[in-house]
Amino acid sequence: MRLTALLTASLLALPSWAEPDPSNWESVTEAASGQTVYWHAWGGSTTTNDFIAWIGARAAEQGVTLEHVKLADTADAVGAVLTDKQGGRDEGGAVDLIWINGANFAAMKDNDLLFGPWAEDLPNWALVDVEGKTVTTDFTVPTEGLESPWAMAQVVFIYDTARVDAPPRSAEALLDWARANPGRFTFPQPPDFLGITFLKQMLMELAPDADALQSAATDASYEAVTAPLWTFMDELTPLLWRQGRAYPQTGPRQLQLMNDGEVDIAISFSPGEASAAIANFELPETVRTYVLDGGTLGNASFVAIPYNANAKEGAMVVANILLSPEAQLRAQTPDILGYGTVLDMDKLDPEDRAAFEALDLGPATLSPAELGQALPEPHPSWAERLAEDWVTRYGVAD
Amino acid sequence: MLRPLPLLTALVLAGPVLLGLFGTILPAMGLGPLGQGLSAEHFARALDWPGLPRAMAVSVTSGVLSTMGALAVATLILAGWHGTRAFAWLERLLSPLLAVPHAAAALGLAFLIAPSGWFMRIPALLLGWDVPPDLLILQDPRGLALTAGLITKELPFLLLMMLAALPQTGGRRRLAVARSLGQGRVSGWLKAVFPSVYSQVRLPVLVVLVYAMTNVDVAVILGPNTPPTLSVQVTRWMLDPDLGLRAVAAAAALIQLGLVLAVLAGWLLAERLVARLGRLWVWSGRGCPERGARGAGFALGTFSALAVLGGIAALALWSVAARWSFPDMAPEALTLRSWGRFGPEMADVALETMLIALVAVAISLVLVLGCLEAEHRFGLTMGQRALWLLYLPLLMPQVAFLPGLQLLPAWFGAQPGLAPVVAVHVVFVLPYVFLSLSGPFRAWDGRIARVAAGLGAGPERVLWRLRLPMLTAPLLTAAAVGVAVSVGQYLPTLLMGGGRVSTLATEAVALAAGGDRRAIGIWGLGQAAAALLPFVLALAVPAWLFRHRRGLRDV
Repeated sequence: MRLTALLTASLLALPSWAEPDPSNWESVTEAASGQTVYWHAWGGSTTTNDFIAWIGARAAEQGVTLEHVKLADTADAVGAVLTDKQGGRDEGGAVDLIWINGANFAAMKDNDLLFGPWAEDLPNWALVDVEGKTVTTDFTVPTEGLESPWAMAQVVFIYDTARVDAPPRSAEALLDWARANPGRFTFPQPPDFLGITFLKQMLMELAPDADALQSAATDASYEAVTAPLWTFMDELTPLLWRQGRAYPQTGPRQLQLMNDGEVDIAISFSPGEASAAIANFELPETVRTYVLDGGTLGNASFVAIPYNANAKEGAMVVANILLSPEAQLRAQTPDILGYGTVLDMDKLDPEDRAAFEALDLGPATLSPAELGQALPEPHPSWAERLAEDWVTRYGVAD
Repeated sequence: MLRPLPLLTALVLAGPVLLGLFGTILPAMGLGPLGQGLSAEHFARALDWPGLPRAMAVSVTSGVLSTMGALAVATLILAGWHGTRAFAWLERLLSPLLAVPHAAAALGLAFLIAPSGWFMRIPALLLGWDVPPDLLILQDPRGLALTAGLITKELPFLLLMMLAALPQTGGRRRLAVARSLGQGRVSGWLKAVFPSVYSQVRLPVLVVLVYAMTNVDVAVILGPNTPPTLSVQVTRWMLDPDLGLRAVAAAAALIQLGLVLAVLAGWLLAERLVARLGRLWVWSGRGCPERGARGAGFALGTFSALAVLGGIAALALWSVAARWSFPDMAPEALTLRSWGRFGPEMADVALETMLIALVAVAISLVLVLGCLEAEHRFGLTMGQRALWLLYLPLLMPQVAFLPGLQLLPAWFGAQPGLAPVVAVHVVFVLPYVFLSLSGPFRAWDGRIARVAAGLGAGPERVLWRLRLPMLTAPLLTAAAVGVAVSVGQYLPTLLMGGGRVSTLATEAVALAAGGDRRAIGIWGLGQAAAALLPFVLALAVPAWLFRHRRGLRDV
């Protein structure tokens, strides 16, 4: 009887015994040494890939081998973890770290596919701008320490000054501009996140009650809030590139269209992307960016660790490196990534702060003042419904 | 040693497919770990998708038209030009295209024919256009660009398969008889040689048909998106963050499977109809417009080859391009910066890709030769009724059974990684090796074996000293086809490798999502080279080995 109880107790204790304790950072770094971390991150952008390789070199200094698993779509990694769960593989999983946010995070959180909380135990968490930047909610969903931020993004529009004199700074102005220049604007086809972002951005401006976007969409609120958006899209779609009968599938391909002279205005979720693209010969030197008068959407990119990750400690070490001033500075350098930092300048050493202030953001990047305060992302349920609705309305039409 | 091989091969082929299919059917019916119990709800949701009719229609038209187109052009080339110097030139031009990875070929082609592409830049420069015309050439809703792209990619495959089958048909003698009866070159070939060639390449043709209907990589780049083809939509549902859509994807994958089966049935019926009409034509004694047919075959073959090669040339140029904007025909400057950025990593991955391919091909060759020899010695065929097992992995859309199959290593407690990747590559490589080898192997003249037996040679000696050496060319062709198939596998590598195994295919498709033409150029060229090398060897080695054996060069 006592033996049975003892066995049961030890069996119950097993999982927690195997789990790392994020609050004991020394034990985390100790266990991390020698681990290989498979970071599943979107591999569609060569500048991001180079940055991740650089992070890998920093991780190697701490004995962690970082392998970048290049995804065509972040949902691939979500699917891999889900498959593990279905197959009963509750430890030793293939995914150690995922670059994630928004609906993918919400899906993983809802399905209990994440390890944690751990993010707020990272040593570099102390430097994070928790007040000023939306780093503890992800598309309104509380992160609860299940993911750690590493970059800020904000919507900007890219335009070619050689072809556009005064870019349209509101939904209505965009429609007028499209009437005058039919076929010269498009956006990545929803459900691509950038295409949905365009819809959300227009919705923020057109919705009669934008506050409704901060809570989950209901059938009633969705109809009322999105009606003006669809009126707008009905008018805009025939004026798009290819009359809205074909779309670029991703953001980078949209930039390629711009370089090929097929469109004049493009949407981007990274204020520094245009400068980086100019430096990499991917866009003409005449390209600049702008934001809308009513402000533009912003959000954070995070990394999360699956519940069955094989190298949780190593993954935390990588997440901590991502938050280091050195890595954040590199990420913000325009010809490297041009991503906004998640750190609070007031919490940095004077030396680090000076380095950030000395950064030349590049010819096409707006200053933080020009970017203005980012608008908060709507609840993920809006994006899902918008994507589905858009596909039904325009995605299957001639 | 030999006896268990046919059964083992059948298991290797059918096991994963059936298990994977099972793993697809279960969620589609609402069963399995995430299911809510038996229901038709997921099928209802898939059928509810407003794009379904058009997605199915584009899958069928692009699949059927491209297969018919590629078959017609390959036939015209062989009928009109086989044995001429022009044919040798055309063959040299077309064969390498087989190795060009689908994604790279499609991206290259896209750059050629887009309104801002190379072709349009000529009038743009001459007429001084500032911006390209807003024309719907790529990704047109009817899938014409997709069909054209598929024809250019399938033509070399069918031509090579027909060419490999030709020596076994006695085509030269048949043609001589037909011509002595007053038939022209093309009509004589069509009437006397084509039927027996077609019967040998019939299954490759069906495989092409299934591939054309269900491919994802070409359809994503050249195909329509409003809506996309059905298999692209299945893949999208599979990858959707809303995990509930996976069951809908499974249901749609089964609809796709039904569609494929229906089209295959239609194709087989059409075969009979064409055979009947063809017989009438043969007996009528009438010819065909020889000059026009020859001209069309040559022109279409050349154009198709030049389109792909031009696209590859464009990618090569992009890989060394500095800034390059519309309407310039060439970049402002050349730079090796992109090669410095992506070259070293690409070379590493290329090595791993070749390793996987060679192991998979070696396993496949052993199994295939074992099966064929067992069939020959003991009459141990897999059986006519069981033969469909061989084609299961090819006739089954990959999206229908791979996700279900992904669970397999987990069930066995194995890590995803190199071994499962190689194992699944064998599933796809083996049928192609079998398809490409079984015809020539079976058609080998058995009288030679009887003569050898009469001289006291045992079956081992006949196999190793006569049959295999005489079949060097088809053996090497089969191996090269196997390598090309392995190098091109995207979905199996991604799923079975758990994302940990990088090959040129997974990297190229991930980059294609991004659209950086410079990186795509470098990875695409690497992938093409990895698949091309074996074909060069498959052509060069027999030619050198048999330089003194005229009968063995009768191709």
